[in-house]
Amino acid sequence: MRVERKLVKNQESQTVDTELDLGLLDDLLKKHTGKPGNMIPLLQGVQNIYGYLPRAALLKVSREAGLHLNDMHGVATFYSQFRLHPVGKHIIKVCHGTACHVQNAGGITDALQEALGVKDGETTEDMMFTLESVACLGCCSLAPVLMIGDETFGKLDGDAAVKVIKDIRIREQQQNN
Amino acid sequence: MKKTVTVGLGSCGIAAGAEKVFKKIQALKEADGLDIAIQKTSCVGMCYNEPLVEIQDDTGYFMYGHVDEKSIVAIMEEHIRNGNPVRDQVVLSDLFETGDASFMEGQVKIALRNCGYMDPESLEEAEKREAYQAIGKILENKVSREEVVEEVIRSGLRGRGGGGFPAGLKWRFALRNKADQKYVICNADEGDPGAFMDRSLVEGDPHTVLEGMIIAGYATGATQGIIYCRAEYPLAIKRLNIAIQQARKNGYLGKDILGHKGTDFDIFVKEGAGAFVCGEETALMASVEGKRGMPRKRPPFPAESGLWEKPTNINNVETFANIPWIILKGAEKFAAYGTEKSKGTKVFALAGKINHGGLVEVPMGITINDIIFKLGGGIQKGKEFKAVQLGGPSGGCIPAYLAHTSIDYDSVNATGAIMGSGGLVVMDETTCMVDMARFFLDFTQKESCGKCTFCRIGTKRMLEILHRITIGEGEKGDIEKLEELAYQIKDNSLCGLGQTAPNPVLTTIKYFRDEYEAHIVEKKCPALSCKELLTYEVIPDKCTGCRVCAIKCPVNAIDGEKKKVHVIRQDDCIRCGDCYNRCRFEAISVR
Ligand SMILES: Cc1cc2nc3c(=O)[nH]c(=O)nc-3n(C[C@H](O)[C@H](O)[C@H](O)COP(=O)(O)O)c2cc1C
Ligand code: FES
Repeated sequence: MRVERKLVKNQESQTVDTELDLGLLDDLLKKHTGKPGNMIPLLQGVQNIYGYLPRAALLKVSREAGLHLNDMHGVATFYSQFRLHPVGKHIIKVCHGTACHVQNAGGITDALQEALGVKDGETTEDMMFTLESVACLGCCSLAPVLMIGDETFGKLDGDAAVKVIKDIRIREQQQNN
Repeated sequence: MKKTVTVGLGSCGIAAGAEKVFKKIQALKEADGLDIAIQKTSCVGMCYNEPLVEIQDDTGYFMYGHVDEKSIVAIMEEHIRNGNPVRDQVVLSDLFETGDASFMEGQVKIALRNCGYMDPESLEEAEKREAYQAIGKILENKVSREEVVEEVIRSGLRGRGGGGFPAGLKWRFALRNKADQKYVICNADEGDPGAFMDRSLVEGDPHTVLEGMIIAGYATGATQGIIYCRAEYPLAIKRLNIAIQQARKNGYLGKDILGHKGTDFDIFVKEGAGAFVCGEETALMASVEGKRGMPRKRPPFPAESGLWEKPTNINNVETFANIPWIILKGAEKFAAYGTEKSKGTKVFALAGKINHGGLVEVPMGITINDIIFKLGGGIQKGKEFKAVQLGGPSGGCIPAYLAHTSIDYDSVNATGAIMGSGGLVVMDETTCMVDMARFFLDFTQKESCGKCTFCRIGTKRMLEILHRITIGEGEKGDIEKLEELAYQIKDNSLCGLGQTAPNPVLTTIKYFRDEYEAHIVEKKCPALSCKELLTYEVIPDKCTGCRVCAIKCPVNAIDGEKKKVHVIRQDDCIRCGDCYNRCRFEAISVR
């Protein structure tokens, strides 16, 4: 499902860009430069490194792999996987596929929006969570479902979904102490 | 015989907690020094009973359902140590009847023959279950490319990705087009939201899919295979890559397959980047080439000019999974299942308000009723069956009174729905059909690639009208406007996305026109699902004046003193339903 992402307030992606270690791109470039059809794997690689597609990284890839920046932008905005802005540490993907829809996935998004204080597609101010909608995670018989990282949670309702988030918050706090 | 304990570790099982159960079993084995073998498998299709653990001993097999970290301790103690199976937790066994046995009755497993019966990450186990014997047979007996194609044509196998085009004919086109390079693509994009057949197949039996592709490569003269898998399926991608490594190492992939000089076929996995339209074959190939996934006009068809303008044969995962079986057992055996024009079996993903949500493989020609009530165990919470959505966003809703329709390409098309890839979402009396149509159009509208005007703007206008209807702002003439737009979009769109996008709207109008009219004229939602159209009221005779609803109402829209009848101020009510759910005296009505 095409996610309508909004720019996160108070976040200048440009300032983040200056702190980027562009050297991380070298292996990726070596692997894909010159190969036909390398655009999407390159963009996927960049996003795996930084979590989003920073402008500075795109510029470097464009220069060194010989791709046009406008083509890259065209592809990056076509596919819902790519993000042009930083996202939270944990991306919450709430399924809004057919099966989840009829089992009230809307209630889960509502509950999470309230608990996190953000709208669908936005990131919390502490950069901990990004709330997204996706279409079908392939676990329809456990609907409604959400996915965080590689972990899937099924048979949820609003309260259970909020508890998942709370547990992650607690884990994060413990790690920081 | 050593007792074996097998845990189902498909995505669905893992989501239900199977990994924790698996670790617990390992821990129990070590702590108690149990003499058992622990094995992994994927999904057998009984997703509604996940996590599933199967114990096999000398007497037979016992499939335990809804196992968790706690219950597994008792099961291991009783069954493994004391030899007493815990009968009330067994959902399937060859020794005694269980309520869930009906789920398996009537199924014929061809594509899914190995799913749930072996460790998908073990080539050895796959080989024990005949993996790569079909390609071996072809190469050993020097069966010609033409003969392989003829065999597939004779089987009557039609593409399982939605279109239903005869697979063998497509192969023949690709074979006859001469070129220095040809490709075989496996479409594992599975974009239909509410379908998970391809995921289960790839997770449960990746080698069969690879073998199907190798045979297609041989038959069409292609040397490079590509699996286009959606990124939302990380486990499927992982298992495919493991299987490809194993197949390469053991001579099933690469040059000189199984030592036969001159054969050459290799496969890599291409991860999708999240666009429904990339399931369409020409868009998919554009995406593999690294471009925006926009469909193009056909002809030329991929078999003539496909990926990198070379002849390309593209099939769905399930189509490929049928191939090795057909080669091994013979086209006639496959064609013995099904109806005159739809041969073999079809895998369906059952989801929605159905008791037994999961994966079933049934012979073509079975009725929708049989799938839902015999295999599927009927409707959840004893509610009334209303309709079933077949074919996802390109398909349509078939109402309960047509559920005697036989599942084959032609009968399903006659209802206005399509067979699609096999997603079957069941709806009950609480599902609003107008909302359903709005949901699908919202999906296709967002996923339209924007290339052609009718699809890009037409779906948007339809969505706006449907949205208005669901919030009580529908107007007379809306239904006719929807129909007019629908036919224009169908007739004038470039690719299948636009051509089929109006189907959910047209079928719901056809079968549930009265629901549309109730929304538009009476401003009511008969299924009590469209929030904006609901009215919550206190039933004076039942209200005890306990104040629970008044205190909890998030917008303070309920007035009333203690022990006196309360009143909901309709102007302030946001129709959240909180009072309705909280009231212990059933004193709130909704209509
Ligand atoms: C919008 C759209 C989405 C599609 N999505 C899929 C898909 O997810 N999986 C699939 O196998 N085929 C999909 N198809 C059908 C493919 O274009 C193609 O017909 C199919 O992969 C051919 O394989 P088959 O002959 O084995 O069915 C889609 C078609 C359209 C128009
Ligand atoms: S619809 Fe949500 S997992 Fe399939």
